[in-house]
Amino acid sequence: MSSQAPDTTQIHNIGYRSYDGPRLGRAYARRSLFSQSLRGAYGLGRSAKSKVLPMLLFAVMCVPALVIVAVAVVTKQSKLSIEYTQYALFLQVVISIYLASQAPQSVSRDLRFRTVPLYFSRPIERADYVLAKFGAMASALFVLTASPLLILWIGSLLAKMDFAEQTKMFGQGLVSVALLSLLFGGIGLVMAALTPRRGFGVAAVIAVLTISYGAVSTLMGIAYATDNQGAIQWLGLFSPMTLIDGVQTAFLGAPTGFPDGGGPGAGVGVVYLLAVLALVAGSYGILMRRYRKVGL
Amino acid sequence: MYNPTVARLTYRALLGRRRALILFLLPGMLLLIAAAVRAFNGADDQVAADVLGGFALATMVPLIGVIAGTGAIGPEIDDGSIVYLLSKPVKRPTIIFTKLIVAIAVTMVFSAVPTLIAGFILNGNGQQVAVAYTVAALVASIAYSAMFLLLGTVSRHAVVIGLVYALVWEALFGSLIAGARTLSVQQWALALAQKVTGDGLVTSEVGLTTAVTLLVAVTVAATWFAGQKLRKLTLAGEE
Repeated sequence: MSSQAPDTTQIHNIGYRSYDGPRLGRAYARRSLFSQSLRGAYGLGRSAKSKVLPMLLFAVMCVPALVIVAVAVVTKQSKLSIEYTQYALFLQVVISIYLASQAPQSVSRDLRFRTVPLYFSRPIERADYVLAKFGAMASALFVLTASPLLILWIGSLLAKMDFAEQTKMFGQGLVSVALLSLLFGGIGLVMAALTPRRGFGVAAVIAVLTISYGAVSTLMGIAYATDNQGAIQWLGLFSPMTLIDGVQTAFLGAPTGFPDGGGPGAGVGVVYLLAVLALVAGSYGILMRRYRKVGL
Repeated sequence: MYNPTVARLTYRALLGRRRALILFLLPGMLLLIAAAVRAFNGADDQVAADVLGGFALATMVPLIGVIAGTGAIGPEIDDGSIVYLLSKPVKRPTIIFTKLIVAIAVTMVFSAVPTLIAGFILNGNGQQVAVAYTVAALVASIAYSAMFLLLGTVSRHAVVIGLVYALVWEALFGSLIAGARTLSVQQWALALAQKVTGDGLVTSEVGLTTAVTLLVAVTVAATWFAGQKLRKLTLAGEE
Protein backbone atom coordinates (compact mmCIF):
# COMPACT_ATOMS: atom_id res chain seq x y z
CA MET A 1 0.00 0.00 0.00
CA SER A 2 2.74 2.43 0.86
CA SER A 3 4.62 1.49 -2.29
CA GLN A 4 1.63 2.58 -4.40
CA ALA A 5 1.90 6.26 -3.41
CA PRO A 6 0.93 8.75 -6.16
CA ASP A 7 3.49 11.06 -7.79
CA THR A 8 2.35 14.14 -5.92
CA THR A 9 3.22 12.76 -2.53
CA GLN A 10 3.25 15.45 0.09
CA ILE A 11 3.16 15.14 3.81
CA HIS A 12 1.08 18.29 4.23
CA ASN A 13 -0.75 20.21 1.55
CA ILE A 14 -2.82 22.84 3.27
CA GLY A 15 -3.23 24.95 0.20
CA TYR A 16 -0.52 27.58 0.33
CA ARG A 17 -0.62 29.72 -2.77
CA SER A 18 1.73 32.47 -3.80
CA TYR A 19 0.33 35.96 -4.25
CA ASP A 20 0.69 37.47 -7.68
CA GLY A 21 -1.87 40.27 -7.50
CA PRO A 22 -0.99 43.96 -7.38
CA ARG A 23 1.11 45.18 -4.45
CA LEU A 24 -0.25 48.39 -2.99
CA GLY A 25 3.13 49.76 -2.01
CA ARG A 26 4.51 52.62 -0.01
CA ALA A 27 1.98 55.36 -0.72
CA TYR A 28 -0.89 53.10 0.27
CA ALA A 29 0.80 52.08 3.51
CA ARG A 30 1.48 55.73 4.33
CA ARG A 31 -2.14 56.69 3.64
CA SER A 32 -3.39 53.83 5.80
CA LEU A 33 -1.12 54.83 8.67
CA PHE A 34 -2.31 58.44 8.34
CA SER A 35 -6.01 57.61 8.36
CA GLN A 36 -5.65 55.07 11.15
CA SER A 37 -3.76 57.59 13.30
CA LEU A 38 -6.29 60.34 12.55
CA ARG A 39 -9.21 58.08 13.47
CA GLY A 40 -7.33 56.94 16.56
CA ALA A 41 -6.93 60.55 17.71
CA TYR A 42 -10.72 60.67 18.13
CA GLY A 43 -10.96 57.13 19.48
CA LEU A 44 -12.58 55.76 16.32
CA GLY A 45 -11.65 52.14 15.86
CA ARG A 46 -10.64 51.92 19.52
CA SER A 47 -12.54 50.91 22.64
CA ALA A 48 -15.57 52.87 23.84
CA LYS A 49 -13.63 54.09 26.88
CA SER A 50 -10.98 55.74 24.75
CA LYS A 51 -13.62 57.61 22.75
CA VAL A 52 -14.90 59.42 25.85
CA LEU A 53 -12.11 61.94 26.40
CA PRO A 54 -11.49 63.15 22.81
CA MET A 55 -15.20 63.39 22.06
CA LEU A 56 -15.83 65.23 25.33
CA LEU A 57 -13.07 67.73 24.57
CA PHE A 58 -14.41 68.17 21.03
CA ALA A 59 -17.84 68.95 22.49
CA VAL A 60 -16.31 71.39 24.99
CA MET A 61 -14.59 73.15 22.06
CA CYS A 62 -17.84 73.48 20.09
CA VAL A 63 -20.36 74.38 22.80
CA PRO A 64 -19.18 78.00 23.35
CA ALA A 65 -19.39 78.59 19.57
CA LEU A 66 -22.95 77.27 19.52
CA VAL A 67 -23.89 79.52 22.45
CA ILE A 68 -22.35 82.59 20.79
CA VAL A 69 -24.14 81.81 17.53
CA ALA A 70 -27.47 81.23 19.28
CA VAL A 71 -27.16 84.56 21.12
CA ALA A 72 -26.17 86.37 17.91
CA VAL A 73 -29.11 84.94 15.94
CA VAL A 74 -31.70 85.59 18.65
CA THR A 75 -30.59 89.15 19.47
CA LYS A 76 -29.92 89.98 15.77
CA GLN A 77 -26.40 91.27 16.38
CA SER A 78 -24.54 92.83 13.44
CA LYS A 79 -21.25 91.28 14.59
CA LEU A 80 -20.22 88.13 16.46
CA SER A 81 -19.19 88.77 20.06
CA ILE A 82 -15.87 86.98 19.48
CA GLU A 83 -13.33 87.20 16.65
CA TYR A 84 -12.58 83.98 14.75
CA THR A 85 -8.89 84.36 15.52
CA GLN A 86 -9.49 84.80 19.26
CA TYR A 87 -11.43 81.59 19.68
CA ALA A 88 -8.47 79.19 19.94
CA LEU A 89 -6.71 81.56 22.36
CA PHE A 90 -9.65 81.54 24.75
CA LEU A 91 -9.94 77.75 24.69
CA GLN A 92 -6.22 76.98 24.70
CA VAL A 93 -6.50 74.88 27.87
CA VAL A 94 -8.86 72.50 26.06
CA ILE A 95 -6.52 72.29 23.07
CA SER A 96 -3.56 71.60 25.36
CA ILE A 97 -5.39 68.83 27.22
CA TYR A 98 -6.52 67.26 23.93
CA LEU A 99 -2.96 67.32 22.59
CA ALA A 100 -1.54 65.99 25.86
CA SER A 101 -3.98 63.08 25.90
CA GLN A 102 -3.78 62.14 22.21
CA ALA A 103 -0.15 62.76 21.21
CA PRO A 104 1.17 60.03 23.56
CA GLN A 105 -1.45 57.53 22.43
CA SER A 106 -0.38 58.19 18.83
CA VAL A 107 3.35 57.57 19.19
CA SER A 108 4.19 56.42 22.74
CA ARG A 109 2.34 53.11 22.60
CA ASP A 110 4.20 52.01 19.48
CA LEU A 111 7.47 52.74 21.26
CA ARG A 112 6.44 51.28 24.61
CA PHE A 113 5.24 47.97 23.21
CA ARG A 114 8.04 47.85 20.65
CA THR A 115 5.73 47.61 17.66
CA VAL A 116 7.64 50.20 15.64
CA PRO A 117 9.82 47.54 13.97
CA LEU A 118 6.63 45.90 12.71
CA TYR A 119 5.72 49.12 10.88
CA PHE A 120 9.15 49.26 9.33
CA SER A 121 8.87 45.66 8.14
CA ARG A 122 6.29 47.05 5.69
CA PRO A 123 7.40 48.98 2.63
CA ILE A 124 7.45 52.32 4.45
CA GLU A 125 10.45 54.47 5.20
CA ARG A 126 11.19 56.44 8.33
CA ALA A 127 10.02 59.65 6.65
CA ASP A 128 6.67 58.03 5.80
CA TYR A 129 6.03 57.05 9.41
CA VAL A 130 6.97 60.49 10.75
CA LEU A 131 5.00 62.33 8.04
CA ALA A 132 1.91 60.16 8.56
CA LYS A 133 1.95 60.60 12.35
CA PHE A 134 2.73 64.34 12.14
CA GLY A 135 0.07 64.88 9.47
CA ALA A 136 -2.52 62.91 11.43
CA MET A 137 -1.88 64.81 14.67
CA ALA A 138 -1.97 68.19 12.92
CA SER A 139 -5.17 67.20 11.07
CA ALA A 140 -6.81 66.05 14.29
CA LEU A 141 -5.95 69.38 15.92
CA PHE A 142 -7.20 71.22 12.84
CA VAL A 143 -10.54 69.39 13.05
CA LEU A 144 -10.71 70.30 16.75
CA THR A 145 -9.93 74.00 16.23
CA ALA A 146 -11.60 74.63 12.85
CA SER A 147 -14.97 73.02 13.65
CA PRO A 148 -16.04 75.76 16.10
CA LEU A 149 -14.94 78.40 13.56
CA LEU A 150 -17.14 76.70 10.96
CA ILE A 151 -20.04 76.83 13.42
CA LEU A 152 -19.38 80.54 14.00
CA TRP A 153 -19.23 81.22 10.25
CA ILE A 154 -22.46 79.36 9.48
CA GLY A 155 -24.07 81.12 12.44
CA SER A 156 -22.94 84.52 11.21
CA LEU A 157 -24.55 83.82 7.84
CA LEU A 158 -27.76 82.67 9.54
CA ALA A 159 -27.77 85.96 11.46
CA LYS A 160 -27.53 87.76 8.07
CA MET A 161 -24.17 89.39 8.71
CA ASP A 162 -22.07 90.74 5.85
CA PHE A 163 -21.03 87.68 3.80
CA ALA A 164 -17.78 89.01 2.32
CA GLU A 165 -16.44 90.37 5.59
CA GLN A 166 -17.36 87.29 7.61
CA THR A 167 -15.83 84.99 4.99
CA LYS A 168 -12.61 86.96 4.96
CA MET A 169 -12.35 86.80 8.75
CA PHE A 170 -13.25 83.10 8.71
CA GLY A 171 -10.42 82.53 6.22
CA GLN A 172 -7.98 84.39 8.46
CA GLY A 173 -9.13 82.28 11.39
CA LEU A 174 -8.57 79.08 9.39
CA VAL A 175 -5.01 80.10 8.46
CA SER A 176 -4.32 80.86 12.11
CA VAL A 177 -5.61 77.52 13.42
CA ALA A 178 -3.80 75.67 10.61
CA LEU A 179 -0.51 77.18 11.82
CA LEU A 180 -1.49 76.41 15.40
CA SER A 181 -2.26 72.78 14.51
CA LEU A 182 1.10 72.27 12.80
CA LEU A 183 3.04 73.93 15.63
CA PHE A 184 1.22 72.21 18.51
CA GLY A 185 1.11 68.85 16.72
CA GLY A 186 4.87 68.96 16.19
CA ILE A 187 5.65 69.94 19.79
CA GLY A 188 3.23 67.35 21.20
CA LEU A 189 4.64 64.50 19.11
CA VAL A 190 8.25 65.38 19.94
CA MET A 191 7.54 65.42 23.67
CA ALA A 192 5.54 62.18 23.46
CA ALA A 193 8.16 60.40 21.36
CA LEU A 194 10.94 61.41 23.76
CA THR A 195 9.05 60.21 26.88
CA PRO A 196 7.25 57.00 25.92
CA ARG A 197 6.40 56.01 29.49
CA ARG A 198 2.68 56.27 30.29
CA GLY A 199 1.77 59.41 32.13
CA PHE A 200 5.10 61.12 31.70
CA GLY A 201 4.41 62.00 28.07
CA VAL A 202 1.11 63.62 29.04
CA ALA A 203 2.78 65.59 31.81
CA ALA A 204 5.66 66.66 29.55
CA VAL A 205 3.32 68.01 26.84
CA ILE A 206 1.18 69.91 29.35
CA ALA A 207 4.24 71.22 31.18
CA VAL A 208 5.80 72.60 28.00
CA LEU A 209 2.59 74.28 26.80
CA THR A 210 1.14 75.57 30.08
CA ILE A 211 4.31 76.49 31.90
CA SER A 212 5.79 78.38 28.97
CA TYR A 213 2.52 80.29 28.50
CA GLY A 214 2.23 81.01 32.23
CA ALA A 215 5.83 82.15 32.45
CA VAL A 216 5.61 84.36 29.34
CA SER A 217 2.36 86.04 30.40
CA THR A 218 3.72 86.65 33.91
CA LEU A 219 6.85 88.26 32.46
CA MET A 220 4.76 90.29 29.98
CA GLY A 221 2.58 91.58 32.81
CA ILE A 222 5.65 92.62 34.73
CA ALA A 223 7.27 94.23 31.68
CA TYR A 224 4.01 96.15 31.14
CA ALA A 225 3.79 97.25 34.77
CA THR A 226 7.38 98.51 34.69
CA ASP A 227 6.97 100.36 31.36
CA ASN A 228 9.26 98.07 29.41
CA GLN A 229 6.90 98.22 26.41
CA GLY A 230 9.66 97.26 23.97
CA ALA A 231 10.31 93.97 25.76
CA ILE A 232 6.71 92.71 25.53
CA GLN A 233 6.75 91.94 21.84
CA TRP A 234 10.00 89.97 22.13
CA LEU A 235 8.85 87.97 25.18
CA GLY A 236 6.03 86.50 23.07
CA LEU A 237 8.60 84.47 21.11
CA PHE A 238 9.04 82.09 24.05
CA SER A 239 5.76 80.22 24.18
CA PRO A 240 3.80 78.43 21.40
CA MET A 241 0.50 80.15 22.13
CA THR A 242 1.93 83.68 22.15
CA LEU A 243 3.83 82.86 18.94
CA ILE A 244 0.54 82.13 17.18
CA ASP A 245 -0.99 85.19 18.83
CA GLY A 246 1.87 87.34 17.50
CA VAL A 247 1.66 85.98 13.95
CA GLN A 248 -2.07 86.55 13.70
CA THR A 249 -1.79 90.03 15.22
CA ALA A 250 0.85 90.98 12.66
CA PHE A 251 -0.61 89.41 9.53
CA LEU A 252 -4.20 88.26 10.09
CA GLY A 253 -5.78 91.37 11.55
CA ALA A 254 -6.45 89.75 14.92
CA PRO A 255 -6.85 91.69 18.17
CA THR A 256 -3.82 90.87 20.26
CA GLY A 257 -3.83 89.07 23.59
CA PHE A 258 -0.65 90.89 24.62
CA PRO A 259 -1.03 93.48 27.41
CA ASP A 260 -2.07 96.96 26.25
CA GLY A 261 -2.28 95.97 22.57
CA GLY A 262 1.49 95.62 22.51
CA GLY A 263 1.49 92.90 19.83
CA PRO A 264 4.19 92.80 17.19
CA GLY A 265 3.95 94.86 13.99
CA ALA A 266 4.72 93.50 10.53
CA GLY A 267 8.50 93.73 10.99
CA VAL A 268 8.67 91.76 14.24
CA GLY A 269 5.80 89.61 12.91
CA VAL A 270 8.17 88.18 10.29
CA VAL A 271 10.42 87.00 13.13
CA TYR A 272 7.38 85.36 14.75
CA LEU A 273 6.41 83.63 11.52
CA LEU A 274 9.98 82.44 10.98
CA ALA A 275 10.07 81.14 14.56
CA VAL A 276 6.85 79.16 14.00
CA LEU A 277 8.13 77.67 10.74
CA ALA A 278 11.50 76.87 12.32
CA LEU A 279 9.78 75.11 15.24
CA VAL A 280 7.60 73.03 12.86
CA ALA A 281 10.64 72.07 10.77
CA GLY A 282 12.63 71.45 13.97
CA SER A 283 9.94 69.09 15.33
CA TYR A 284 10.05 67.15 12.07
CA GLY A 285 13.83 66.99 12.27
CA ILE A 286 13.82 65.78 15.89
CA LEU A 287 11.20 63.13 15.10
CA MET A 288 13.29 61.90 12.16
CA ARG A 289 16.32 61.65 14.44
CA ARG A 290 14.26 59.90 17.13
CA TYR A 291 13.21 57.15 14.74
CA ARG A 292 16.64 56.65 13.19
CA LYS A 293 17.35 53.85 15.62
CA VAL A 294 14.38 52.53 17.46
CA GLY A 295 13.33 49.40 19.29
CA LEU A 296 15.72 47.00 17.57
CA MET B 1 4.23 50.92 57.94
CA TYR B 2 7.33 52.11 56.08
CA ASN B 3 9.30 49.74 53.88
CA PRO B 4 12.77 50.97 52.85
CA THR B 5 13.05 48.64 49.85
CA VAL B 6 9.76 49.78 48.37
CA ALA B 7 10.84 53.36 49.01
CA ARG B 8 14.17 52.84 47.23
CA LEU B 9 12.47 51.30 44.20
CA THR B 10 9.94 54.13 44.05
CA TYR B 11 12.66 56.79 44.25
CA ARG B 12 14.44 55.13 41.37
CA ALA B 13 11.27 54.91 39.31
CA LEU B 14 10.53 58.59 39.91
CA LEU B 15 13.97 60.10 39.53
CA GLY B 16 15.66 57.66 37.17
CA ARG B 17 17.15 58.82 33.89
CA ARG B 18 15.26 61.42 31.90
CA ARG B 19 12.22 61.53 34.16
CA ALA B 20 13.93 63.79 36.64
CA LEU B 21 14.41 66.32 33.82
CA ILE B 22 10.73 67.30 33.86
CA LEU B 23 10.97 67.68 37.59
CA PHE B 24 14.00 69.97 37.28
CA LEU B 25 12.46 71.95 34.41
CA LEU B 26 9.64 73.48 36.44
CA PRO B 27 11.60 74.74 39.46
CA GLY B 28 14.30 76.00 37.07
CA MET B 29 11.63 78.00 35.24
CA LEU B 30 10.39 79.48 38.53
CA LEU B 31 13.87 80.56 39.59
CA LEU B 32 14.49 82.05 36.13
CA ILE B 33 11.28 84.08 36.33
CA ALA B 34 12.07 85.18 39.86
CA ALA B 35 15.51 86.37 38.79
CA ALA B 36 14.09 88.15 35.72
CA VAL B 37 11.39 89.86 37.78
CA ARG B 38 13.91 91.01 40.37
CA ALA B 39 16.19 92.36 37.63
CA PHE B 40 13.37 94.17 35.79
CA ASN B 41 11.41 95.36 38.74
CA GLY B 42 13.44 95.38 41.93
CA ALA B 43 12.03 94.00 45.18
CA ASP B 44 8.27 94.45 45.55
CA ASP B 45 6.19 92.52 48.07
CA GLN B 46 2.99 92.54 46.01
CA VAL B 47 4.75 91.34 42.83
CA ALA B 48 6.52 88.65 44.84
CA ALA B 49 3.20 87.45 46.23
CA ASP B 50 1.67 87.48 42.71
CA VAL B 51 4.48 85.43 41.17
CA LEU B 52 4.61 82.92 44.01
CA GLY B 53 0.83 82.62 44.20
CA GLY B 54 0.13 82.65 40.47
CA PHE B 55 3.00 80.57 39.20
CA ALA B 56 4.52 78.56 42.05
CA LEU B 57 1.47 77.54 44.05
CA ALA B 58 -1.17 77.56 41.28
CA THR B 59 0.79 75.84 38.51
CA MET B 60 4.05 74.32 39.66
CA VAL B 61 2.98 72.54 42.86
CA PRO B 62 -0.04 70.74 41.28
CA LEU B 63 1.98 69.73 38.21
CA ILE B 64 4.81 68.28 40.28
CA GLY B 65 2.19 66.67 42.53
CA VAL B 66 0.61 65.01 39.48
CA ILE B 67 3.96 63.75 38.19
CA ALA B 68 5.17 62.47 41.56
CA GLY B 69 1.84 61.18 42.86
CA THR B 70 0.75 59.24 39.79
CA GLY B 71 4.34 58.42 38.80
CA ALA B 72 4.91 56.64 42.14
CA ILE B 73 2.48 53.85 41.26
CA GLY B 74 0.89 54.38 37.83
CA PRO B 75 3.64 53.04 35.54
CA GLU B 76 4.06 49.93 37.70
CA ILE B 77 0.37 49.06 37.49
CA ASP B 78 0.46 49.93 33.83
CA ASP B 79 3.27 47.61 32.78
CA GLY B 80 2.14 44.89 35.20
CA SER B 81 5.37 44.78 37.22
CA ILE B 82 3.32 45.64 40.33
CA VAL B 83 2.50 41.91 40.65
CA TYR B 84 6.10 41.20 41.67
CA LEU B 85 5.74 43.73 44.48
CA LEU B 86 2.27 42.53 45.49
CA SER B 87 3.41 38.91 45.68
CA LYS B 88 5.93 39.76 48.40
CA PRO B 89 4.86 39.48 52.04
CA VAL B 90 4.35 43.22 52.40
CA LYS B 91 1.00 44.63 53.45
CA ARG B 92 -0.68 46.58 50.69
CA PRO B 93 -1.51 49.59 52.87
CA THR B 94 2.22 49.59 53.72
CA ILE B 95 3.09 49.78 50.03
CA ILE B 96 0.69 52.70 49.57
CA PHE B 97 1.94 54.47 52.69
CA THR B 98 5.58 54.10 51.63
CA LYS B 99 4.86 55.31 48.12
CA LEU B 100 2.92 58.24 49.57
CA ILE B 101 5.88 59.23 51.76
CA VAL B 102 8.18 59.10 48.73
CA ALA B 103 5.74 61.11 46.58
CA ILE B 104 5.36 63.72 49.32
CA ALA B 105 9.12 63.97 49.76
CA VAL B 106 9.73 64.37 46.03
CA THR B 107 6.94 66.95 45.65
CA MET B 108 8.21 68.90 48.65
CA VAL B 109 11.81 68.92 47.49
CA PHE B 110 10.94 69.98 43.95
CA SER B 111 8.23 72.51 44.84
CA ALA B 112 8.66 73.93 48.34
CA VAL B 113 12.44 74.38 48.21
CA PRO B 114 12.39 76.31 44.89
CA THR B 115 9.46 78.37 46.20
CA LEU B 116 11.51 79.39 49.23
CA ILE B 117 14.56 80.25 47.09
CA ALA B 118 12.41 82.16 44.59
CA GLY B 119 10.80 84.06 47.48
CA PHE B 120 14.21 85.11 48.75
CA ILE B 121 15.32 86.12 45.23
CA LEU B 122 12.12 88.13 44.72
CA ASN B 123 12.07 90.24 47.86
CA GLY B 124 14.34 88.71 50.49
CA ASN B 125 11.40 87.25 52.42
CA GLY B 126 9.89 90.70 53.05
CA GLN B 127 6.66 90.45 55.07
CA GLN B 128 7.25 86.68 55.38
CA VAL B 129 5.98 86.15 51.82
CA ALA B 130 8.57 83.50 50.95
CA VAL B 131 7.98 81.54 54.16
CA ALA B 132 4.20 81.80 53.82
CA TYR B 133 4.16 80.35 50.31
CA THR B 134 6.70 77.71 51.28
CA VAL B 135 4.37 76.57 54.08
CA ALA B 136 1.50 76.54 51.59
CA ALA B 137 3.57 74.51 49.11
CA LEU B 138 4.56 72.01 51.83
CA VAL B 139 0.97 71.50 52.93
CA ALA B 140 -0.35 71.33 49.38
CA SER B 141 2.35 68.74 48.53
CA ILE B 142 0.92 66.33 51.10
CA ALA B 143 -2.69 66.65 49.93
CA TYR B 144 -1.86 66.59 46.22
CA SER B 145 0.41 63.53 46.59
CA ALA B 146 -2.29 61.59 48.45
CA MET B 147 -5.00 62.55 45.95
CA PHE B 148 -2.97 61.80 42.84
CA LEU B 149 -1.59 58.55 44.29
CA LEU B 150 -5.20 57.45 44.75
CA LEU B 151 -5.95 58.46 41.15
CA GLY B 152 -2.98 56.38 40.02
CA THR B 153 -4.50 53.26 41.57
CA VAL B 154 -8.04 53.99 40.34
CA SER B 155 -7.66 55.00 36.71
CA ARG B 156 -5.36 54.37 33.79
CA HIS B 157 -5.81 58.00 32.78
CA ALA B 158 -4.71 59.32 36.16
CA VAL B 159 -2.40 61.97 34.74
CA VAL B 160 -5.06 63.45 32.47
CA ILE B 161 -7.65 63.49 35.25
CA GLY B 162 -5.13 65.03 37.63
CA LEU B 163 -4.25 67.72 35.11
CA VAL B 164 -7.90 68.48 34.45
CA TYR B 165 -8.39 68.93 38.19
CA ALA B 166 -5.31 71.11 38.56
CA LEU B 167 -5.75 73.26 35.46
CA VAL B 168 -9.48 73.34 34.82
CA TRP B 169 -11.04 72.98 38.25
CA GLU B 170 -8.60 74.96 40.39
CA ALA B 171 -7.46 77.55 37.85
CA LEU B 172 -10.48 78.06 35.58
CA PHE B 173 -13.56 77.28 37.69
CA GLY B 174 -11.78 78.59 40.77
CA SER B 175 -11.52 82.01 39.13
CA LEU B 176 -15.10 81.94 37.77
CA ILE B 177 -17.20 80.27 40.45
CA ALA B 178 -16.63 81.19 44.07
CA GLY B 179 -17.98 77.86 45.33
CA ALA B 180 -15.28 75.91 43.50
CA ARG B 181 -12.68 77.70 45.57
CA THR B 182 -13.91 76.11 48.79
CA LEU B 183 -13.16 72.69 47.31
CA SER B 184 -9.63 73.38 46.20
CA VAL B 185 -6.39 72.18 47.76
CA GLN B 186 -4.75 75.42 46.68
CA GLN B 187 -7.15 77.53 48.78
CA TRP B 188 -6.77 75.27 51.82
CA ALA B 189 -3.02 75.69 51.59
CA LEU B 190 -3.43 79.44 51.15
CA ALA B 191 -5.43 79.56 54.38
CA LEU B 192 -2.31 78.41 56.21
CA ALA B 193 -0.15 80.87 54.28
CA GLN B 194 -2.52 83.63 55.34
CA LYS B 195 -2.04 82.62 58.97
CA VAL B 196 1.74 82.93 58.53
CA THR B 197 1.83 86.38 56.90
CA GLY B 198 -1.06 87.72 58.94
CA ASP B 199 -1.94 90.69 56.71
CA GLY B 200 -3.52 91.43 53.32
CA LEU B 201 -0.84 90.08 50.95
CA VAL B 202 -2.07 86.49 51.00
CA THR B 203 -5.79 85.85 51.10
CA SER B 204 -7.75 82.63 51.12
CA GLU B 205 -11.41 81.89 50.54
CA VAL B 206 -11.70 79.40 53.38
CA GLY B 207 -11.21 79.68 57.11
CA LEU B 208 -8.22 78.11 58.83
CA THR B 209 -10.19 75.46 60.75
CA THR B 210 -12.14 74.36 57.69
CA ALA B 211 -8.95 74.25 55.64
CA VAL B 212 -7.03 72.11 58.12
CA THR B 213 -9.95 69.75 58.65
CA LEU B 214 -10.46 69.28 54.91
CA LEU B 215 -6.74 68.83 54.25
CA VAL B 216 -6.41 66.12 56.89
CA ALA B 217 -9.67 64.46 55.82
CA VAL B 218 -8.74 64.36 52.13
CA THR B 219 -5.22 63.07 52.80
CA VAL B 220 -6.30 60.32 55.20
CA ALA B 221 -9.32 59.27 53.14
CA ALA B 222 -7.36 59.17 49.88
CA THR B 223 -4.56 57.10 51.44
CA TRP B 224 -6.96 54.65 53.06
CA PHE B 225 -8.97 54.25 49.89
CA ALA B 226 -5.83 53.75 47.79
CA GLY B 227 -4.78 50.97 50.19
CA GLN B 228 -8.20 49.32 49.83
CA LYS B 229 -8.01 49.70 46.06
CA LEU B 230 -4.63 47.99 45.93
CA ARG B 231 -5.93 45.08 48.04
CA LYS B 232 -8.24 43.99 45.26
CA LEU B 233 -6.36 45.25 42.26
CA THR B 234 -7.09 43.66 38.92
CA LEU B 235 -4.63 44.07 36.11
CA ALA B 236 -6.34 45.13 32.92
CA GLY B 237 -4.86 44.71 29.46
CA GLU B 238 -4.09 47.57 27.14
CA GLU B 239 -7.28 48.98 25.70
